[in-house]
Amino acid sequence: MKSFARRYRWVLAGLALAAVLVLVLAPLASDNPDGLNRVSEDQGFADKADDPAFEILPGYSIPGVDRGRAGVILAGLAGVAIVFLLPMGLGYMARRSRRDAKP
Amino acid sequence: MTPVFLLHVPDGFLSVPVAGVFWALTALALGVSLRRAGATLDERAVPLMGVMAAFIFAAQMFNFPIPGGTSGHLLGGVLVAILLGPWAGTVVMACVIAVQALVFQDGGLVALGANIFNMGIIGTMGGFALYRSITGLLGGEERGRFPAAAVAAWVSVEAAAVLTAFQLAASDTTSLGVALTAMAGWHALIGIGEAVITVATLAFIRTSRRDLLSLRTGEASA
Repeated sequence: MKSFARRYRWVLAGLALAAVLVLVLAPLASDNPDGLNRVSEDQGFADKADDPAFEILPGYSIPGVDRGRAGVILAGLAGVAIVFLLPMGLGYMARRSRRDAKP
Repeated sequence: MTPVFLLHVPDGFLSVPVAGVFWALTALALGVSLRRAGATLDERAVPLMGVMAAFIFAAQMFNFPIPGGTSGHLLGGVLVAILLGPWAGTVVMACVIAVQALVFQDGGLVALGANIFNMGIIGTMGGFALYRSITGLLGGEERGRFPAAAVAAWVSVEAAAVLTAFQLAASDTTSLGVALTAMAGWHALIGIGEAVITVATLAFIRTSRRDLLSLRTGEASA
């Protein structure tokens, strides 16, 4: 157990760094329109955007939670957890299919 | 409610044929990437895929302001490809951008193929190839890492903006000249942010865990 923790300490450190980014920086994100948003407003095609077909955590917020700091942080932490696990699952399966392919 | 889309294209901006072409290109690139990544990936690289996806997702939530009342955020394709190679890097970017669209409604579903291509694959494949060329010219990766990463990061953002302009014009959403000037102009500034964050992250990893810089695989065929 100790060797596992030591071996993968950098993984925990990386995850912690991502969590800190969400806690500290995400609430400070600029409210200015981003590049594409700005261009679509300036050129008058912003209203062509369709509403999403469904919403889960729309715009990095939690439905029912105030669209303030807490909502952004919770949504961000959920996102960090999901995107941490998903590519590892894909990478693990991709490696395993190689092993299975070998006789 | 204002949706937070960034370089992320929402549905409605791209016509179905344009979105379809880029869905096909992205599906092809992702299929190849999964197979090549599976064949070459180091065991220790798998957790790094998760960590980089988490870092890029978190960093993309931070829109940095740029002069003129606009903002931009990291894309991350060049950064992740430098660390993991183009194949695993493409898988990571596809995961991040797909989760942003599916869970956070940041970027459309019809436009998802184009978004993965523009914000992910341009950096992990095109930007990475440019990075390899520049480090070659500068006498090796150890000497050329930071300048090559900075240039490739900037170019990948500008290329993504230019391609988005072409996609918008091909979809009759706006005229090409207008889209090109406006997108390329703003993203020339946003690309500087991409270069700074990419180099700073590589410098941090080089100082703290230098061995993570040698996990990359699959570059010979990139």
